[in-house]
Amino acid sequence: MTYRLAPIDTSTFAAERAAAAAGRGVDGGDFTVIGSVVQRSDARGHVTGRTEFFEDVLPPRLAHLKMHRSARHHARILDVDLTEALAVPGVLRILTHADIPNNLYTPLKLIGVGPDDEPILAVDKVRYLGEPICAVVAETEAAALEGAARIRVAYEDLPPVFDVEEALKEGAPLVNEYHGQNHFIYEGHHCRRIRFGDVAEAFARADHVFEWRYQSAPIEQAPAETTGCVVVPQADGRLRIHSDTQACFFTLDNTALILNTPFNKLRIVGGTVGGGFGGKVDVVVEPVACVAAMAADRPVRFVYDRAEEMQVSSPRAAERIYIKDAVMDDGRIIGRKATLYVDAGAYARHSPYGTTKAAAHLPGPYAIPNVWADCHCVFTNRTPSSAMRGFGVTIADFALESQMDRIARALDLDPLRLRLLNAYRDGDLKAHRKVAEGTALVEVIQKAAELAGHELPEAYRRMSSTTREGL
Amino acid sequence: MPSQIVSLVVNGERREFIAAPGVTLLASLRESLGLTAAKRGCAQGACGTCTVLVDGRPEVACLVAVETVAGRSVRTLEGVAAGGELDEVQNAFVDCFATQCGFCTAGMIMVAEALLDRDPDPSEADVVEAISGNVCRCTGYRPIVIAILEAARRRRGAVSR
Ligand code: FES
Ligand code: FES
Repeated sequence: MTYRLAPIDTSTFAAERAAAAAGRGVDGGDFTVIGSVVQRSDARGHVTGRTEFFEDVLPPRLAHLKMHRSARHHARILDVDLTEALAVPGVLRILTHADIPNNLYTPLKLIGVGPDDEPILAVDKVRYLGEPICAVVAETEAAALEGAARIRVAYEDLPPVFDVEEALKEGAPLVNEYHGQNHFIYEGHHCRRIRFGDVAEAFARADHVFEWRYQSAPIEQAPAETTGCVVVPQADGRLRIHSDTQACFFTLDNTALILNTPFNKLRIVGGTVGGGFGGKVDVVVEPVACVAAMAADRPVRFVYDRAEEMQVSSPRAAERIYIKDAVMDDGRIIGRKATLYVDAGAYARHSPYGTTKAAAHLPGPYAIPNVWADCHCVFTNRTPSSAMRGFGVTIADFALESQMDRIARALDLDPLRLRLLNAYRDGDLKAHRKVAEGTALVEVIQKAAELAGHELPEAYRRMSSTTREGL
Repeated sequence: MPSQIVSLVVNGERREFIAAPGVTLLASLRESLGLTAAKRGCAQGACGTCTVLVDGRPEVACLVAVETVAGRSVRTLEGVAAGGELDEVQNAFVDCFATQCGFCTAGMIMVAEALLDRDPDPSEADVVEAISGNVCRCTGYRPIVIAILEAARRRRGAVSR
């Protein structure tokens, strides 16, 4: 096994380097790039294979970590038997919850979100299929896998709940005791709420009321490179973490809290991510790999195989959204009521934040004078969900824009005109009490219509985001 | 079964190393020879990030037991930039913005090399067919196809760089 140091690539920005060397200033004198083609700074590394991804780091005496994971959706752990696993040749250590200094955490603790609700390694209960229970550290990947397969866990099954609305019903099985109920609490409220104007009055005087339901499945980010890290103990007692996390400092801080160690005992080498799309924002591999590296006093690699990436890495949350609109004959929407359920899975991770984002996004980019929304962050026995590309917003947009199209169809209106009529303008007060500024939806729709050859009447072509013309 | 000494011609050089029974060509390249350009995206033949050329043909190195290719010639991305100069495919990938995260790039370039070696003037459909076993999750397929066609054009000398 060879230890490779990252080569220093002096081939990028060759022109700038030459300019600097010739004394024409460090920036080569001209950093005006708008309107010109600029090579990506990482492209040469990628096309030569010199870019160093975390798994390309191969320190000597590298040990390997594999998880024994829950075979149940929801169960009490009665017994964990490591005897056979410890007898597998090559197995160095098996970590359980008792080995993790601060076993209980939640990643958004860093911005004051609580409570801690997730164990690094399961303690007395598992809450989703695939939840980590024991970490096997071994000489080879094969020995680690063999060890993990030989751990025996005795379970007592508990009833699982997989549906957001079922989970909120009276008498539903309690998923996460640290919350005490199957939903996140927002400043004393059962959900993130919007109350703006009087929707009841709007529904009473509307010409039409439309209500539809929208639903999405969880979506796996499926990056080309799976989630993982290599932790290398340093001579001075620090740990160097090579990781493909999308959030180096976030990972470092959370890992330090979990290890109960000062932040300066950890160093993250990262920033090269083989695709993330939000799926590498959670802090799931580094803490346990650090504990393993300290326990074994060796470099440790913990990397998901493809099946783990698909099954246990947190996907985009499944959402269910009900939208009810009060609409006038001419297409003006005078009231909108939305009930949104985000399936956080068994643990909070980033979902309380995603749900807040969803609430802030309602009622869409439209000036609707009466808005009521309840956005629930719900715990179920499904894989914990988390960040993915505009989480909270993307599925809400799917629902909102589908709703707009269906209203247009029901009233036999042009869907673009319906949107132009309702689009917010500069100065409109949005439902969450922010004044809309720098809006451009009207102009974007007009331009799109023009490009698509979609005829708009003169009155609609004269509408503008900065005036109230045509309203 | 004991480990054995395996010999390969890698990027034109004869290399020998000890291989445990059943170890893959991918693991041998990455861990025994320190050639890490080929990536492990799935370890099950589904993504193409580990593609290298064995006697000029693209193979998913994660599914090849290294002893089955003993003595053969293997080409990896590290062997493409002869004398430190990027070749037409590499240059076209840079110029056409065909890389995003870069994780699929080694595999994409190797299938492109194999394609252009056998057909200097491929159609767009040929290119799509050639990369059909390679996943780009950043979904940069369009620029990748354009880059490979551009590389073919440059290599034929029809357009100088
Ligand atoms: S790693 Fe070989 S095909 Fe995916
Ligand atoms: S560039 Fe990221 S997978 Fe292709």
